[in-house]
Amino acid sequence: MLSALKFAKSIPAAGALRSVQQRAYAAAASGEVLKKTILHDYHVENGGKMVPFAGWSMPVQYANLGVGASHVWTRQNASVFDVSHMLATRITGKDRVKFYETITVADIENLPVGSSTLSVFTNENGGIIDDTIICKHQDSLYVVSNAGCADKDLAHIRTHLKDFQNKGGDVDLKIIDDHQLVALQGPKAAAVLEGLVGKSLQDFPFMDGRFMDIKGIHCHVARSGYTGEDGFEISVPNRDTVEFTKMLVADPRVELAGLGARDSLRLEAGLCLYGHDLDDTVTPIEAGLTWTVGKRRRTEGGFLGAAKIQDQLKNGVSRRRIGLLVQGAPAREGALIYSNGELIGKVTSGCPSPSIKKNVAMGYVKNGLHKAGTELEVEVRGRKQKAVVTKMPFVPAGYHKV
Amino acid sequence: MSLSALSARLFPTIRSQAVARMAAPASFARFYATKKYTAEHEWILIDNGVGTIGITDHAQSALGEIVFAELAELKDVEKGDTIGSVESVKAASDIYAPISGKVIEVNEKLNDEPALLNDAPETDGWLCKIELSSEDEIKDLLDEEAYKQFCEEAH
Repeated sequence: MLSALKFAKSIPAAGALRSVQQRAYAAAASGEVLKKTILHDYHVENGGKMVPFAGWSMPVQYANLGVGASHVWTRQNASVFDVSHMLATRITGKDRVKFYETITVADIENLPVGSSTLSVFTNENGGIIDDTIICKHQDSLYVVSNAGCADKDLAHIRTHLKDFQNKGGDVDLKIIDDHQLVALQGPKAAAVLEGLVGKSLQDFPFMDGRFMDIKGIHCHVARSGYTGEDGFEISVPNRDTVEFTKMLVADPRVELAGLGARDSLRLEAGLCLYGHDLDDTVTPIEAGLTWTVGKRRRTEGGFLGAAKIQDQLKNGVSRRRIGLLVQGAPAREGALIYSNGELIGKVTSGCPSPSIKKNVAMGYVKNGLHKAGTELEVEVRGRKQKAVVTKMPFVPAGYHKV
Repeated sequence: MSLSALSARLFPTIRSQAVARMAAPASFARFYATKKYTAEHEWILIDNGVGTIGITDHAQSALGEIVFAELAELKDVEKGDTIGSVESVKAASDIYAPISGKVIEVNEKLNDEPALLNDAPETDGWLCKIELSSEDEIKDLLDEEAYKQFCEEAH
């Protein structure tokens, strides 16, 4: 038993520890040197259980709170997550919007300055190379994407960047490595941050980004996150990151939280995890991310895989991402989904929900069986269990509206 | 607490049966219950031909908060068969039969109180009881000392 031991305690993969479930925390290949964020030692000092994740040593949880308790704390109070492993880039040059519209589905042209959007990088077949947040500033784009995709994202972007530049396009990409990214998430996040900046953040809408002085530290603050709660992703200069994090955690409303809670929080919120719920064979239409394809982009195209995506918009898709509530044992990634005995799909993420105390999952099913209320079956350890297609998010979103 | 005392406290019924059987020429002549361990971080308390199975304290501590237990079916099992699972929010971990035999009882309490697996993994949080089909397999199990060493080496 106990695959979980592998990441919970980073016990080297002893042959006897057979695994049911490797999730994203698979043991690092022997000899792999893990990268460390600036907060690494701070995590360890604070009881962080460090695990290999996307080539980084990251905390999966902290000694003072189990994953379930940390999850619930975030839903009721506020938690700090180190997300510095994510790839942050700044795009400059007068043709930056034009260039990013060739590699993503977003309508960046019509995105208001100071606002951001979830988008996807697509390949020639319309498949998703990665999901990303694009924030539009006066003079640049600030783009954050997944740590696990960093190498392939950069290779992909640079290939197309070079072509674009060779054709005379004015655009440049810089990796932001002099800042760390710290997320403050939860219904009390705004009150905590307001205390530090000394002013109301009521007029700061969710998905906007601003530059702010926080106790004398110059930060970029994006009101966004990956938990379904109100919150902020704060880009902090490297040298101030530990001090900044200590300042957040000194507030009694704030606890440290790790990858474990982050995963169950985002699943309850219906948010996709790349490599599980999204991959390069899935299009944004199949993934239920049609809304990320700007209206103008649907007609005009002009991005990689546009033909495929426009065809799917017109003629429909064969599979769709859905949410499920599963009876009995929790359904995990890879569990097969049936309808009247016929195999119709697969679970891509699943866990027992700490908030609603039911088993939640997302996965892909055949088109037509995707409507809320559809009764299906999910196979767990050879047993078929009842499951009902359920609208996501599984818990109401707490995003701040102005 | 000695193992025999532990056994007497936990399984008074079995103990009294054991005593009764001692009078007759028993096929399982072991008087004192024997607690063994596996590399899968399970324990098995063997008393008079019946093994009570659970996960070790080390296992529950590494797994974290257990929120669901899928219990074994009452049927014959081979050593190594999957006989259920225990699950935390983040992962499922299979339970393997540490020994061949017949599952004769499961701890139904765990359906409502999976937290027993964290609070009392080696007592009230037991998972199931298997009537051993052969005593030969016992020798393949780890004793307490060997299990402790196994856990230390794995770190």
